[in-house]
Amino acid sequence: MNIVSRVTNIRGNGARAAGSRRDHKSPTLRSHDVKRVRAIVSTDETGKGGSGAGAPAGSAGTGRNLIQLITPDGERVSHPEFDPWVKDIGDEQLCSLYEDLTAIRRIDVEATALQRQGELGLWPPLLGQEAAQVGSARALRHDDFVFSSYRENGVAYCRGVDLTDILKVWRGNASSGWDPYTVNMATPQIIIGAQTLHATGYAMGIQNDGADSAAVTYFGDGATSEGDVNEALVFAASFQVPLVFFCSNNHWAISEPVRLQSHVQIADRASGFGIPSLRVDGNDVLAVMAATRVALDRARRGGGPTFIEAVTYRMGPHTTADDPTRYRDANELEDWAAKDPIDRVKTLLDRKGLLTEQFRQHVRDRADAVARELRAGCIGMPEPEAMDVFKHVYSAPNSWLDRQEDHYARYLASFGDPAGATSQEGAR
Amino acid sequence: MTQMTFARAINSGLRKSLENDPKVILMGEDIGTLGGVFRVTAGLQKDFGKHRVVDTPLAESAIIGTAIGLAYRGYRPVVEIQFDGFIYPAFDQIVSQVAKLHYRTQGAVKMPITIRVPFGGGIGSPEHHSESPEAYFTHTSGLRVVTVSNPQDAYTVIQQAIQSDDPVLYFEPKRRYHDKGEVDEGIDLRTATPMGEARVLTEGTDVTLVAYGPLVKTARDAATAAADEGISIEVIDLRSLAPVDYATVEASVRKTGRLVVTHEAGQSGGLGAEVAASITERCFYHLEAAPVRVTGFDVPYPYSKVEMHHLPSMDRILDGVDRALGRPNSLSGLEG
Repeated sequence: MNIVSRVTNIRGNGARAAGSRRDHKSPTLRSHDVKRVRAIVSTDETGKGGSGAGAPAGSAGTGRNLIQLITPDGERVSHPEFDPWVKDIGDEQLCSLYEDLTAIRRIDVEATALQRQGELGLWPPLLGQEAAQVGSARALRHDDFVFSSYRENGVAYCRGVDLTDILKVWRGNASSGWDPYTVNMATPQIIIGAQTLHATGYAMGIQNDGADSAAVTYFGDGATSEGDVNEALVFAASFQVPLVFFCSNNHWAISEPVRLQSHVQIADRASGFGIPSLRVDGNDVLAVMAATRVALDRARRGGGPTFIEAVTYRMGPHTTADDPTRYRDANELEDWAAKDPIDRVKTLLDRKGLLTEQFRQHVRDRADAVARELRAGCIGMPEPEAMDVFKHVYSAPNSWLDRQEDHYARYLASFGDPAGATSQEGAR
Repeated sequence: MTQMTFARAINSGLRKSLENDPKVILMGEDIGTLGGVFRVTAGLQKDFGKHRVVDTPLAESAIIGTAIGLAYRGYRPVVEIQFDGFIYPAFDQIVSQVAKLHYRTQGAVKMPITIRVPFGGGIGSPEHHSESPEAYFTHTSGLRVVTVSNPQDAYTVIQQAIQSDDPVLYFEPKRRYHDKGEVDEGIDLRTATPMGEARVLTEGTDVTLVAYGPLVKTARDAATAAADEGISIEVIDLRSLAPVDYATVEASVRKTGRLVVTHEAGQSGGLGAEVAASITERCFYHLEAAPVRVTGFDVPYPYSKVEMHHLPSMDRILDGVDRALGRPNSLSGLEG
């Protein structure tokens, strides 16, 4: 792609109303811009970007084009292969997707604020990855089952997880937030890539049951280096299970750029396992939805697993404990801000004349309501009891643990006031 | 009652489980067509099909990880880790996932997974084929760990393990696979000795000797030999390693006042240390002597020409018994 036109695109950040790009008087390139141009080259949508590591010699990759249906400028471009998969997405559904994207960003921002205010121990922001999560999650049926990492809180929202439940684990009030069977989504997995095997096994179960549902597993670019992910790909291919591998290539695994994980495009790894893959613009909610539907359809028809690489970008830190300014160039962030997943839908809606003041107000109101609910639910969350520490380790009595539980209850009781004892323990 | 080998008894228990519960599914390397490298699963794939007795690719972490997914889906997977020393690639999935999922999901997701592990030495194998890794797992909360010492228990306990809603590591003493014994295949699991209970094998009054798995036979031999010298040993087959049935061990030690624990695994941080410490805490004033451990050494499992030095033998166990009794022994005259 022509570098100058790309710079122009950045200038024409989709956050502005349609048409404003051309009106915007771009100043001539300054030295700052030249530096940025370099960053663009190293972080283009080949997904090999990341300025934190030097380009490895002989870095390969087919440079496969991204599946894209909405450009960063908010233009709906036709794609003969994938258009049919989203032909049911009319104006109303597009507005609804925009609402979800906006609500999820607001949840993420609010949760980050709650962490800064000391209400959460930690939060893994998903800023910038909203389209990858919404587009895929909204392609699923209720009876499909999701095994995700810790960053798919937008997916959880789409699955219908209660907002407060999303925060429980991050506030430290429970070991997990929800019953996986109520929403058919496992609770967040923290061990990188471990969940891909669980999804594979679950899909083996679906296959044995003769059902037409599918399992979907979310993981990042860093996870593709893990043995578990590679073993999951082997098993999924061997048994041809109904499974979608959804890799959110957000370019960073804490401080490590994606090029440290792979010398080929992530999607190209799948072919080595005999698994078909799709490489999609992860910031394009419609393209992500189309790709996920293709993969799900294959799974339901007994066609086996599919690997999707959603090329997106982690615009925030790894978690609230991380400081990305220590390892990545601010220009890179700017480049990706120009490819923002929400702005492009907004621009598209505007082009279609759907971005009325009434609709905008509706979206704002919903985001506000979601934020209020999240905050109230977080702060009002009931505190766990001291003896909860012993619960659910086993499903049946265990003489070792029962004895420890009994002894600790006696210890607490020795204070006379168990509540007082608990608070003293907590203060130590 | 039927006379059968240890391996055959496990096979029969697995068969019964497959027959009784359509959610039971067997997975592992070479367990299908071949019937397992020890033939423990011989004939099962032929009778129950490839979807219930699954030959998997060679990836231990995936064997456990996919079993977790199947458990999520309501299955009751029984997986085989081909040899003790091959379990480590699956360690993360066992310790971080299998053991914690019930806790993590606050009881919403059950993990009724049975992990069968042939373990222990004495068969002249190369490296990684003779290990006793049980303490890694007894130290991990959320797991139940059992081992068996005779064909009847092998048959019964494998079925109890499969019925358990908690994950169970079922350690099979591979050097006893070909030992024969009487097995009552009609045993009622509801009235059989529960999986978590230890068993007093020979009653005695002088020393309590705690053993499990492959060394139970050695311990019994030691008790027989000691009887000739007028020493009465009470042999306890621990059976459950996590949790240990301390009530049974404690009752015995209160009677004998002396405790010897033996296992093939290395001494430091091993199960013997845990048993000795717990019994000391529970009935210190009934002990006439410090508990004694007779174990493998803190060495990598040795090559086969010297493994007999590593494995506790009947004589080494009796030397430990002498120590507990304050009789002349190999360490007489040494402090501590």
